[in-house]
Amino acid sequence: MLRFLTRRALGAIVILFLLVLLTYLAVMSLPVDQAMLNCPKGCSPQQLAIVRHNMGLDKSNFEQVLDYVKGLFVGASHGADGFCNAPCLGYSQSRHQFVIDVIMDNYPATIMLALGGSVCFLVIGVTLGMVSAWKQGSLFDTIASSFSQLGQSTQIFFVAPLAMALFVTNLHWLDKPGYTPFTEDPISSITGMILPWLVLSIIFWSNYTRQVRSLMIEQLSEDHIRAARAKGMSNRYVWWRYALRGAMAPIVTIFGLDLGVVLSGAVITEVSFGIHGLGMLAVKSVTAQDTQLELGVLLFSAAAILVFNIVVDAAYGLLDPRVRIG
Amino acid sequence: MSTLTKPEAAGTPAGAGDAFLSVRDLRVRFRTEDGIVKAVNELNFDLEAGKTLGIVGESGSGKSVSNLAVMGLHNPRNTTIEGSIKLEGQELIGLPQRDLEKLRGNKMAMIFQDSLAALSPYYTIGRQIAEPFMKHTGANKKEGRERAIEMLAKVGIPQPDKRVDSYPHEFSGGMRQRAMIAMSLVCNPKLLIADEPTTALDVTVQAQIVDLLKDLQQEFGTSIIFITHDLGVIREIADDVLVMYAGRAVERGTMREILKTPQHPYGWGLLSSIPRINASVDIPLRPIPGSPPSLLNPPSGCAFNPRCEFREQVTGDKCRTERPALEEANGHLSACHLTPAQKQSILTEQILPRLSS
Repeated sequence: MLRFLTRRALGAIVILFLLVLLTYLAVMSLPVDQAMLNCPKGCSPQQLAIVRHNMGLDKSNFEQVLDYVKGLFVGASHGADGFCNAPCLGYSQSRHQFVIDVIMDNYPATIMLALGGSVCFLVIGVTLGMVSAWKQGSLFDTIASSFSQLGQSTQIFFVAPLAMALFVTNLHWLDKPGYTPFTEDPISSITGMILPWLVLSIIFWSNYTRQVRSLMIEQLSEDHIRAARAKGMSNRYVWWRYALRGAMAPIVTIFGLDLGVVLSGAVITEVSFGIHGLGMLAVKSVTAQDTQLELGVLLFSAAAILVFNIVVDAAYGLLDPRVRIG
Repeated sequence: MSTLTKPEAAGTPAGAGDAFLSVRDLRVRFRTEDGIVKAVNELNFDLEAGKTLGIVGESGSGKSVSNLAVMGLHNPRNTTIEGSIKLEGQELIGLPQRDLEKLRGNKMAMIFQDSLAALSPYYTIGRQIAEPFMKHTGANKKEGRERAIEMLAKVGIPQPDKRVDSYPHEFSGGMRQRAMIAMSLVCNPKLLIADEPTTALDVTVQAQIVDLLKDLQQEFGTSIIFITHDLGVIREIADDVLVMYAGRAVERGTMREILKTPQHPYGWGLLSSIPRINASVDIPLRPIPGSPPSLLNPPSGCAFNPRCEFREQVTGDKCRTERPALEEANGHLSACHLTPAQKQSILTEQILPRLSS
């Protein structure tokens, strides 16, 4: 297990390194002059040269990348702004803060949204899938699969305003959604996130419903299910201990990957509900042409996805005795 | 020796109800999108305590289906089962699931063909063996584990106290089949249904498994229904044999009768299509022409008639229009319109010479 984790972690670092190179290359090819953006209006060529030098933009592209990577491992000095500790993701020109600090300020909202949302889509999706498989061909099955189709083909930017108009503006069931830190006010923290959670889960749970349904039906037709019944095990026992056990590994896999996706920032949901998380930050960094922040958010998101990929692979080894990792 | 008493009424053994297992007029129907599949029709047989009945037939002849019906393992949603299945006088058809569960794995157990598929990949061999024991005897986990080790030792698995914690994929095919036998015998069932337990194994392992089953039968006095299409295995283990074709019994008798003096063209075909190790390599095998009939729409009359090479010898068009009853001819039961004399002459003049060449 330790060997597996070390190997995968090293692999992830290589991927992140390549990602840094590629995104840096992309950012540098943009026609945006960072020095110009940070120079006061009507600044002279001399002033511009000073800004350029301070931002390290007068160095060659290769040196800039090298500095960035160096900053990730040992930190970097940012003159008047102080020392940026490793992992240093650079300095945000629009926020006048270190990128890592900006991300850490915004990340709790994303965590809150992602964890609550994933609990919603897991519970709703798996429950509907189980019942559909149990009542295969019934009216419930038909309705559940129709809803799944609907959920999968809909868009959050369409559902979110509708849901807000219905539950907040017209029915007054909920307050205007928004993020409040859980430690400050647990209750309004949760009530403020209910709508975002449910709306986020819409595009995810349909997948679980279909997967769980087909996995359960497939499992129930397996020989070992019949053999378990031939041993005298009850239908309920066979259903929970044999069929669900077999369906679990793939479901955990999908869940781990989805969790990585939502934890790397749900852009559309966050923007739709005005939640200041990682996704919102990504959008803002682009509109502000803050390349260091863009780069930082991108790397951070990528790291979240990579971590969950490793977790999923490790979990698979634990869930299926036939899979040996190492 | 024979568990099959001679018939009084056509196809119905006498003394019904006395036997350990008695199946009467069993019919199994599946509802499918294409129509109703008549998988088993008017099947009768008896099995005495401690004896072995071999059931032979092609794929789709109804041998597995009829035995899954004995175990009550068909999906009631699309299956109808009619007739009577009595185990020690207790009627099994129509028994509630809850009562069937108490019998399954306890009084009657089943071994399946593909041991890799029939064992759950997610649980250890020991747990899967202990499960029915714990359920039926109320034993706790520790006793269950001890019993599993005991059973593994009994079926000849080396180091059973270590192998008890292995997963099925860590066993070889032969060992898995032994583990499955251990699992089915863990509660000392009186009836063991073995559904092609040797088909997926290589020949040397087949012989070991058959020997193991015979030894265990001696020890526990279990009655065995052994389903196979391998007549060689039948010769090793069966006391009586039932030959099935298209969901019906076409021949029934003692093992010796069925293998030495078969009375049905299908039985002749089966014997002629077995490869013989000492036969001349230049003589081709004689397969039965054609393929098994569709049970959605079985041929009229005798279901075997489209493939039968002797139907011209029956007067009129009886083979196509009238279904032959299972009647005694030359010593045991067979369902064929040929007269006993015709059968005898075909057997001695055409079939036996073919076999000895």
